[in-house]
Amino acid sequence: MKFLSRLGSYLLFLAACFRKPDKWRMFWRAFFNEIYKMGNDSFGIVAIISLFIGAVTVIQFGSQLQGSLVPMTILGRIVRDANILEFSPTIVALVMAGKIGSNIASEIGTMKVSEQIDALEIMGINAASYVALPKILAAIFAIPALVVCSMFLSNVGGAISCFFSEMVTVDIYIQGLRMDFNGFFVTHSLTKAFFSSFLIATISSYNGYITEGGALEVGSASTMAVVQSCIAIIFFDYILTQLMLY
Amino acid sequence: MIALSGICKSFNGREVLKDVSAVFAKGKCTFVIGASGGGKSVLMKCMVGLVTPDSGSVDFDGRSFYGLDYQNKKMVRQEIGMLFQGGALFDSLSVEDNVAFPLRMLSNMNKSELMDRVNFCLKRVNLENVNHLYPSNISGGMKKRVGIARAIAMNPKYLFCDEPNSGLDPLTSRVIDELIVEITEEYNITTVINSHDIKSVFDMGDHIVFIYQGKRLWEGNKAEIQDSGVFELQEFIKASRF
Repeated sequence: MKFLSRLGSYLLFLAACFRKPDKWRMFWRAFFNEIYKMGNDSFGIVAIISLFIGAVTVIQFGSQLQGSLVPMTILGRIVRDANILEFSPTIVALVMAGKIGSNIASEIGTMKVSEQIDALEIMGINAASYVALPKILAAIFAIPALVVCSMFLSNVGGAISCFFSEMVTVDIYIQGLRMDFNGFFVTHSLTKAFFSSFLIATISSYNGYITEGGALEVGSASTMAVVQSCIAIIFFDYILTQLMLY
Repeated sequence: MIALSGICKSFNGREVLKDVSAVFAKGKCTFVIGASGGGKSVLMKCMVGLVTPDSGSVDFDGRSFYGLDYQNKKMVRQEIGMLFQGGALFDSLSVEDNVAFPLRMLSNMNKSELMDRVNFCLKRVNLENVNHLYPSNISGGMKKRVGIARAIAMNPKYLFCDEPNSGLDPLTSRVIDELIVEITEEYNITTVINSHDIKSVFDMGDHIVFIYQGKRLWEGNKAEIQDSGVFELQEFIKASRF
């Protein structure tokens, strides 16, 4: 019952968010600020994680392929497909849920408990739309862009790993990367990234928006935002994979 | 003029407001007084639309707020200015941007008109040369004054002040009180003030509404308060006598 009530309240919050902004100029300014903040500030962590994921994937698959009759060119293909299909969209989304999600929830939560949201409402401004919509739309653009960077960098990480491990030469690895490329995998990955970014931004904004109390509750809202976003990401990851690939 | 009629509100089965009716006249400061937890803040939130009452009506110059559609409610809200207990200034914006915020969002002023209005409002609350400071860099009294400047930026018809003196020293409290009275008279605003500060009530209260355990027990002016005959009100005044 509580779940249904929360779901209803979340949907009403979304309806309020997706109303026409009160002032387009202010909306665009906030939107581009958020895109810059989310994209620029998160690129470093995404790059590090992606490079290492690629490198580790090469070592793990490479060690299992060694000594078998399977040609080593398959290594590049396995690493590429694993990164594009699962590692990049899912791990980047989970990392972003922790980084961007907690940030959004604590920012909006602090505004709520310090009556800044009430001040917006009293001015006759749609507070939900003003504080959350630029963040939601910015996340929908920034997170898939980070996923694309992650796809590229994880494959680069794999190449670096090949260079140092002598498991397979970089040339053979790249030959594998270029083998039987299926463009639909990228579409699938970006679809997952789109859903994940929407879930992260809306769940986190909602948790911030319903915060009541003080600093302790802002912390709880932030934690709830991350936990709920992670569960939703994994759940929709499964649903979308089943729908699109099976 | 604001008229409340039969406002009732419960939270989780607990009645917080019980059939509260009152009238707040134009160009006057009306104080809502009462003990903590008595329902003053909920009443003010019902008046400005932050909390929807279970029953009753709030009329702003004949317009029943809860009977209006979304757009018309928005129009009424744009005629409301509110000074919050903690200021509720936007942390990420400078003093100047805080005052300019409602103008940027709700008016079509050009940049120079907007800056003129911002500087006028800041000057009106005796704040100059603080335009580029952030809320975290100014004192509590200055935050309240910036809050007043932001509240009057859109030339409101109705001004709501929630505990305007809380956390301020007596001298700053007096400055804030005088400012609210001056602004109310100057712009002929309907001002509603929630307060515990009996000194302020006696200094500037044109009209007083006493709320006790969610009920409106007494309403009148400061001259009548001593002879109200309401035991709870007399006890409240006695306990908080300066």
